[in-house]
Amino acid sequence: MGTNFSLDWIDYLVMVIYFLFVLGIGWALKRYMKDANAFLEAGRSMPAWVAGLAFISTNLGALEVMGMTGSGAKYGMLTTHFYWIGAIPAMVFLAMFMMPFYYGSKARSVPEYLKLRYDEKTRGLNAILFAIMTILASGISMYALAILMEKVLGWNFHISLILSAAIVLAYTYLGGLSSAIYNEVLQFFIIVIGLLPIVILSLKDLGGWSGLQHQLAPIVSNIPGHHYAPDTWTTTWKHTGTATANPLGVAWYGIFAGLGFVLSFGYWCTNFLIVQRAMSAKSSTAARNTPLIGAIPKMFIPFLIIVPGIAALVLLNKQGSGFSLPEISPGHYNYDYTIIALLKQYLPAGVLGLGITALLASFMSGMAGNVSAFNTVWTYDIYQSYIRPVTGNKEADEKHYLFVGRMATIFGVIVSIAAAYLASLFGNIMDFLQTIFSMINAPLFAVIFLGMFWKRTTGHAAFTGLLAGFLVALLHHGLTFPEGADTLVKGGWIYHLHSYPVEMAQNFWTAIFAFSTSALLTVGLSLVTRQKKSDGDLKGLVYSLTPKVKDKEVAWYQRSSTLAIVVLTIGVILTVLFW
Amino acid sequence: MGIDIKFPIGLMFFILGLILTIFGLFTNSDAGLYHRSLGININLWSGTGMLVFGSLMLWLAWRSRKTKSK
Repeated sequence: MGTNFSLDWIDYLVMVIYFLFVLGIGWALKRYMKDANAFLEAGRSMPAWVAGLAFISTNLGALEVMGMTGSGAKYGMLTTHFYWIGAIPAMVFLAMFMMPFYYGSKARSVPEYLKLRYDEKTRGLNAILFAIMTILASGISMYALAILMEKVLGWNFHISLILSAAIVLAYTYLGGLSSAIYNEVLQFFIIVIGLLPIVILSLKDLGGWSGLQHQLAPIVSNIPGHHYAPDTWTTTWKHTGTATANPLGVAWYGIFAGLGFVLSFGYWCTNFLIVQRAMSAKSSTAARNTPLIGAIPKMFIPFLIIVPGIAALVLLNKQGSGFSLPEISPGHYNYDYTIIALLKQYLPAGVLGLGITALLASFMSGMAGNVSAFNTVWTYDIYQSYIRPVTGNKEADEKHYLFVGRMATIFGVIVSIAAAYLASLFGNIMDFLQTIFSMINAPLFAVIFLGMFWKRTTGHAAFTGLLAGFLVALLHHGLTFPEGADTLVKGGWIYHLHSYPVEMAQNFWTAIFAFSTSALLTVGLSLVTRQKKSDGDLKGLVYSLTPKVKDKEVAWYQRSSTLAIVVLTIGVILTVLFW
Repeated sequence: MGIDIKFPIGLMFFILGLILTIFGLFTNSDAGLYHRSLGININLWSGTGMLVFGSLMLWLAWRSRKTKSK
């Protein structure tokens, strides 16, 4: 990358105005933060559209934007599997079948749902793993952003790390979950508007979608060591007949089962970071509509971040385009830099500041999401359960837990900063830890799904299933490795039993093994252990024991079922268009 | 809770839009600046787009405030 890349006064002006608004929103909410409920649950008062955009925005963190643009260059339109098959069915399922129980049970977090449905130990296990995972994720994305800003803009690593963390801390400390959510909506719009110019300019530069297809064909078919069809990068399902015909290295059934079922349901339906946004909605109908409203922009985000990534691959191979990416080793590019290299390629002073602000906004929406989920789980599921239970004096309790929530916010940010520094020193170990902790999602989905839809499922079975699923995932990761992996971080740290063509395939199978083990064990053990909860205890927590939700009181076009049909229809149309 | 988020969103994009539009108008003849963006005055386009979006949000915020106070 060239070094003649600096920001102008106008770029800094745009950035400063954004910072002022972000902090201003936190400041304006400060006077409403009177108790723990307001601070940690946003008082359950959010309109569906606000919660829905926050739902998508918190998922659109810096690692997502950087990573998915890079994946656009690496895998082309196949990356959309993470947005369409890998998100939409799970989001619709969450809305239609799971939100009534999460919201209706009055649980304040996903671990608390586990406590109500099963028992204390299942909640404890999930709460502790989730708290660690959340802080790790926050630290790693902070590190990724700071290193990008240092390498590209020459900003001091320490200053950008501390400053961005301080801004997130300020607005989440002041306004709690409400502030995180409102800012996520603002951040959503700035990410879209800030990145839109590179989509338009890169497509215009390369002759539109058809020009892109045309120029990709020779590049793709000449990738050494593979025999990819010329349209592999611009189609989604067409070349998934065999695993070797596409760069993901996974065939259609693997994508369908691994990504479309286990990974996506594990992530979207059980991750408290995501579910918390829907739980903050003002009514049961709004809570169900939250994931559905979020699903609509989610389906179009590929055009914002994947398509420019594909354009970057053409630019990389085009003589005289002036576009370059740093190389890890000769011929192997570091695709994490794709997004910022595109900003540099096309944006003049002014909109450039807006584009950099969009990256900062994506970082903040991700980190604030982590911090606001962490402080809730810490306060309710760890502190209130094991350290200082409620005393009975409601007013004093609320005050006390508000204080604890605030302290947890500060603590979460400090530990995130520490995690970011650990990532800068021991990057591989942090990657490894993140891989390990991401393995809790698949078994967690098995346990929550069985809990919601089978009243026989018992606490002992759920706990064992959760733990065993996690251990099997670990074992699978230790016994298999992706081909060409040079570090033990990628797997095979116990023994080299099996190798996968690419890391993606290994991840899919890890999740499938973990989910299956957890589901089978939970079902088996439920049949031989005694159900300690009566039908009365499980009312509102299990499908068959809960009165059906009727959303007849709202107009037909506001009903969840109507929205779900709209979402699925758009999903099908997009899939067919880019087949 | 408390605030209508449409108002700060509208105001922020209105201000940013205004700044970029003015900057775009002043730099309209600066071919060197817009060489990167294929000769397109992207600041002017982006700026006006944001002005429109910001105004729309402000109008929506103003409208929902009026219906609430009734």
